[in-house]
Amino acid sequence: MEVKTMAEYAASGETPEVLFWVGCAGSFDQRAQKVTRSFVKILNHLNVKFAVLATEESCTGDPAKRAGNEFVFQMLALQNIEVMNTYGVKRIVTTCPHCFNILKNEYPSLGGNYEVIHHSTFLQQLIEEGRIKITDTDSFKGKKITYHDSCYLGRANEIYEAPRKVLEELDAELVEMKSCRTKGLCCGAGGAQMFKEDEKGTKRINIARTEEALESNAQIVAAACPFCNTMLTDGVKSKDKQESLKVFDIAELLAAGQGLETIIL
Amino acid sequence: MVIILQIVLFIVLCSTAGYFAYKGYTRVYKNIMLGKSEDLSGNSSERLKNMLLVAFGQKKMFKNITPAVLHLFLYVGFVITQIELIEIFIDGLTGNHRIIFHAVESIPALRFIYVFIISFIEVLSVFVFIATVSFLSRRWILRVPRLNKPELKGFPIIDATVILLLEIILLTCIFSMNTADMALHKGEYGFLVSGFLMPVFAGCGDTCLHVIERIGWWGHMIMVLAFLVYLPYSKHLHILLAFPNTYFGRLQPKGYISNMPEITKEIKLMMDPSATPPPADANAAPVKFGAKDVFDLSWKNLLDAYTCTECGRCTAACPANQTGKLLSPRKIMMDTRDRLEEVGKNIASNNGIWKEDGKSLIENGYISVEELRACTTCNACVEECPVLISPLEIIVQLRRNLVMEESNAPAEWNAMFTAMENNGAPWQFSQQDRLNWENG
Repeated sequence: MEVKTMAEYAASGETPEVLFWVGCAGSFDQRAQKVTRSFVKILNHLNVKFAVLATEESCTGDPAKRAGNEFVFQMLALQNIEVMNTYGVKRIVTTCPHCFNILKNEYPSLGGNYEVIHHSTFLQQLIEEGRIKITDTDSFKGKKITYHDSCYLGRANEIYEAPRKVLEELDAELVEMKSCRTKGLCCGAGGAQMFKEDEKGTKRINIARTEEALESNAQIVAAACPFCNTMLTDGVKSKDKQESLKVFDIAELLAAGQGLETIIL
Repeated sequence: MVIILQIVLFIVLCSTAGYFAYKGYTRVYKNIMLGKSEDLSGNSSERLKNMLLVAFGQKKMFKNITPAVLHLFLYVGFVITQIELIEIFIDGLTGNHRIIFHAVESIPALRFIYVFIISFIEVLSVFVFIATVSFLSRRWILRVPRLNKPELKGFPIIDATVILLLEIILLTCIFSMNTADMALHKGEYGFLVSGFLMPVFAGCGDTCLHVIERIGWWGHMIMVLAFLVYLPYSKHLHILLAFPNTYFGRLQPKGYISNMPEITKEIKLMMDPSATPPPADANAAPVKFGAKDVFDLSWKNLLDAYTCTECGRCTAACPANQTGKLLSPRKIMMDTRDRLEEVGKNIASNNGIWKEDGKSLIENGYISVEELRACTTCNACVEECPVLISPLEIIVQLRRNLVMEESNAPAEWNAMFTAMENNGAPWQFSQQDRLNWENG
């Protein structure tokens, strides 16, 4: 897999088109790593000149900030900004809505001004430019896909259509869950909930959302966020429905549609 | 003599109500100003547009069509009825009866307009009546879940019911006034609905009709004044505060949470070894992170709290609440307002000086740590609010206080903070392994 770092680009005196912000989940979480690879396969296939920060990337600080720890957030944010400003980063793409939101909305007042794009929008733009060719029309034929809105893409930044547009490229039927778009039900991971046990209640939030996904009768639930992906995967497992409902990221599905990835449905 | 007496009574009633209303509204204003100052000036055209669309135009109400239509009846009815109030007010002050009608009755075009307006108000009032009864039944018979949550027990549900009952009394007054008046004048006014209702008073003589008309007239006036005085003690205050609250609503994307500049300064000093810290100002108040009490919240958060009409759309949409957790965004707003009221009373009874009461907005019967912990920051509550209230801002401010002032965080969060500080990731992975995904 061909991946160049910002340091390598800088050393060769070149500048990449875009910085791919991998994020902590994309870097370390085994499930999210697959999404990172699928997205990179698409970028490489289309000869997009991108770079990663690799060991120079740190957490954006999102879970700390939302948990109430502004110190840890700003420490990480100021470090990241220093690194990116040194490299003269102008444009960032990321597969994580939490990274996307914080880089786009909260970094500017700390001195980090970049054009930040979520991979759903990035892929939609590539589709609009006619650069993506769907070659695998068989895998998705007759299948139903339901898209799960990530809170940090949807309500937080009003991106509802881009991920759906990406899925429409595939030869499958797009169905909606009971609550979608502005009314989309959270997966339960945001606000640093991913990193702690739930408070006492009658149900876990990811189970409630998984039930909605199951009710949609789709075979695939598409996520655009590594944390939603984890939450839904756990939900499907605890309902013992792994055989009938698969959780994929939109990048994985689009890579499969281009024959860059084999996914088992 | 009777007329003079009526005028005097009218003036006494109005000025008494005016006095108490003034006290009520200044209390609310003073309480809101107890919040931290925050500059929300500028962007006036965008703000004005928001206010016109969201408050005046009820844009966000129409996500949910049934209550939106019923609420529109009430809203339009309420606003348009104020036109009739102008005449009632002049009549009351001058001792006249339908002064505008008599001024225009000989000019056919103007007379037509007068009759049309009053008839239009009557028709609207019928719709208001339907809406009011529907709202009462949604609360008490249909028991719509969001209108029957635990945080509404006690005063809130009484408050909601009182407002609706006042509305019904008000409508009864308007219709008995107009119908009796019509009957007295053999229907010469030609009002639409009261003309239809005239047979109700068929058995009444002139004196009886006159008494009914007067009761209706005074009742209407008293209800309006009672409303005015009661409003600043009620959730119903949203009919006024929705306007400033939408005007001052956030203009950033909902995902934005403000950064704390006082922390930026400290971290920049930490990161730059050659920097010399500025000399400490001995008179400066100690910096407090986040919010523990209402004083630490922005005035906009407090305006939010007074604007909340406890409709519960936020709570119905909250994923934590839906799955049985204690958190209810509506309760966050109600608790903030109730604590603010308590603080305001404390200050008022101590000659304008705050006397420490050993309480705060966290725990003490207000917002519990457990509620604060359950929020996923998903913005469903913010998205739902028809008047641009943000319970999320208050939650984040209180979380900041818990974490940074009280070191009160679940053990898993503390482990996460440490991992983030040491490894630059919320998990215990080495930063050197950040590119390992390549070899999958």
